[in-house]
Amino acid sequence: MLQGWLQIAFFCAVLVACMPLVGGYMARVFSNETVGLTRVLGPLERGIYRLLRVDVRREQDWKGYAKSLIVVSLMFWLALYLILRTQTLHPFNPQHMHSGTWDVTFNTVSSFLTNTNWQFYGGETTMTYFSQMAGLAVQNFVSAAVGIVVVVALIRGIVARREGHRGIGSFWQDLVRTTLYILLPLSILGALLLMSQGVIQTFSHYLGFHGLNGASGTLALGPVASQESIKELGTNGGGFFNVNSAMPFENSNGLTNFVELFLILLIPTSLTYTYGRMVGSRRQGWAIFAAMASLFVVAVAVVYIAEQHGTPAQHLASVNTHAIAGSTGGNMEGKEQRFGIADSGLWTAVTTVTSCGAVNAAFESLTGIGGLVPFADLSTSETVFGGVGTGLYSMLLYVILAVFIGGLMVGRTPEFLGKKIEAREIKLTILGVLVTPLAALIGAALATGTKYGAPSVYAEGPQGFSESMYAYLSQANNNGSAFAGYTGYMQPNGTNVGAHGITFADLLGGMTMMVARYLPILFVLAVAGALVRKKAHPAGLGTMRTDNPTFVVLLVGVVILVGALTFFPALLLGPVVQGLTNQAF
Amino acid sequence: MRRELTTSLLAVVIFTILLGLLYPVGIWAVGQVAFPGKADGSLVHVGGRLVGSSLIGQDFSMPVLDKHGRPERDSRGDPVTQPDPKYFQERPSQDSYNAAGTFFSNRGPNQASAVAFYKEGLASYFALERRYNPGLTAAQVPVDAVTTSASGVDPDISQANALIQAHRIAAVRHLSLARVKQLIAQHTDGRFAGFLGEPGVNVLELNIALDKEAPLT
Repeated sequence: MLQGWLQIAFFCAVLVACMPLVGGYMARVFSNETVGLTRVLGPLERGIYRLLRVDVRREQDWKGYAKSLIVVSLMFWLALYLILRTQTLHPFNPQHMHSGTWDVTFNTVSSFLTNTNWQFYGGETTMTYFSQMAGLAVQNFVSAAVGIVVVVALIRGIVARREGHRGIGSFWQDLVRTTLYILLPLSILGALLLMSQGVIQTFSHYLGFHGLNGASGTLALGPVASQESIKELGTNGGGFFNVNSAMPFENSNGLTNFVELFLILLIPTSLTYTYGRMVGSRRQGWAIFAAMASLFVVAVAVVYIAEQHGTPAQHLASVNTHAIAGSTGGNMEGKEQRFGIADSGLWTAVTTVTSCGAVNAAFESLTGIGGLVPFADLSTSETVFGGVGTGLYSMLLYVILAVFIGGLMVGRTPEFLGKKIEAREIKLTILGVLVTPLAALIGAALATGTKYGAPSVYAEGPQGFSESMYAYLSQANNNGSAFAGYTGYMQPNGTNVGAHGITFADLLGGMTMMVARYLPILFVLAVAGALVRKKAHPAGLGTMRTDNPTFVVLLVGVVILVGALTFFPALLLGPVVQGLTNQAF
Repeated sequence: MRRELTTSLLAVVIFTILLGLLYPVGIWAVGQVAFPGKADGSLVHVGGRLVGSSLIGQDFSMPVLDKHGRPERDSRGDPVTQPDPKYFQERPSQDSYNAAGTFFSNRGPNQASAVAFYKEGLASYFALERRYNPGLTAAQVPVDAVTTSASGVDPDISQANALIQAHRIAAVRHLSLARVKQLIAQHTDGRFAGFLGEPGVNVLELNIALDKEAPLT
């Protein structure tokens, strides 16, 4: 296992080393400063503003900002639905794919708009290359950028120093700059690196072949590399192929796996540094990073150790799950040999603390305790790094909550970076914090409590409950990973032809994703609008500090408390039961 | 509001052209120049014929023939197959190594059906290998040999798995065990830069090397 720990430690070290570089760069982009890429991209940026006919020098108040965000999201929703429902008309459709049904398309569109990328469809059996590129991958960029601009607006609200100020920035400028200066360049670098290692980028039709002894097969192909890098970088997670990053064409060796993991965490971690820079105290950023990292490290360790142990079913069948010469052992069900236990375990933690949801191993085949890790990660509502932007703004809501609780404990009016936290902010914060768990539990309750949820479930016993519970937890957290037995789309012919959706699961899931994405965004922008108007007071002697270890512990405590109180009973019925028994059901 | 709608509509068009068409086509163009073989799928040809991709695992079984020499069929009309003894065998696959319709096995940690699956997997592994590895026990069989991979088309097997199968290959192909082990070593993908990922033996490449080294008609 030493080898595995070494890989994990190296990964974390590289990531932390890159944070100041990328985080500092992002701070300059969001402050509308000139950066190195301005020389190349400046004309394009200004050209886009001109085409859009927006005046980006005029700041919007929170309502204006929210309005632009909602309207453009609605337009993208309609555009994507239109694209996915007209597949027979597409160029780049060498496999002559038909369109999916209306209900599964509703789910898919909602899923990509909300940065969830929950997948009831299988990419290589249902999507044209055009849908993947011009539909889904575009949303990978835009939904990521939307998440990021919201946290930028919130930070501007926190740092504004003039009483009565209302502007929190220009939505269009933030959207365009985030896309052009951050997401696109990093995606290009990532795609080239992945392609150099065997991740494919081709417009060829699928290739039939005859193996060495004549057995025939087909290779599904496509423009994968360009989509793969933004899928990870934007913490989207929607696989080009049904088995996502387990597919060798998406993730071909140890290096691509490392690069993809790096891309997933790069922006969420670096944003904590960006935050520190923008509020004028790097310690503030590192404190938030420390709180996130402590929970992340625990998650990685638990899942790695649990998976190395093997499953009860394997032990009952007397399969040897110990390491022997030439094999690292462990629970290799649903895992790829080239990644082994360590890299699959690391990926499982990385993809569920963030809102990525891409997988390189099958979650449903994790051990009971290993499977508890994705559950626990999602129970923290994206506060442990979380999605790009969404993670930091979720965490900042918890910071405000922790400041409030801390203030109650010492009996002072709570202050956060010089701004008084009063009734309006705390109400909005609580609402923002509660929407996601509420959406998850209501969805899961409807799916397990009514007969309509049953057709989606694959496994029996506690495993079946885990599937349903995880499905709505994942969709509410805009994560998109799955205990993949849970289905919303039946394909008797293996394609869209003759397929039908499970309407209940498709619609409930789609609604869950949208509610849990846009309501918190509105609450966060409202908090930004409330904070931006407040006068900042200099910190006094009795002001509770938000950049020291005491506060980090308090913050972690609040996150765990809210997550545990909300989800613990539900987790007992699924993964905990399975982790505590050696029996088969 | 009207203005907001036009701006949004224009944004949809601009972003779709830039990110949905120019970006992927640009990456494709660079790939065609810089990494043509890899960007196209690491395709492997033998004698001018496409035999697969070195990144994609495939089926090395052969049809079972009935006493009239015709392929036997099961109750659903599908041909019955068995592992081809002259080839190294891939890990089990839940989707018959279909690289154009992948899915997970979704076999849970405590499922009774999973216990049965692993027992069956061990039994068929023994049925194939014990003849050449007398006294092979369950403790010696590496876990990757009886568990399905995530993709269903995992191109690699563990070194331990390959070394057990080496005895069969050596006997069937009339090669020395040492030579087969040498070939295995040549087609083992180590960890990247010595420490990223896990080592695995690429089964397709190894089998092609065997066909070249000791062809059987």
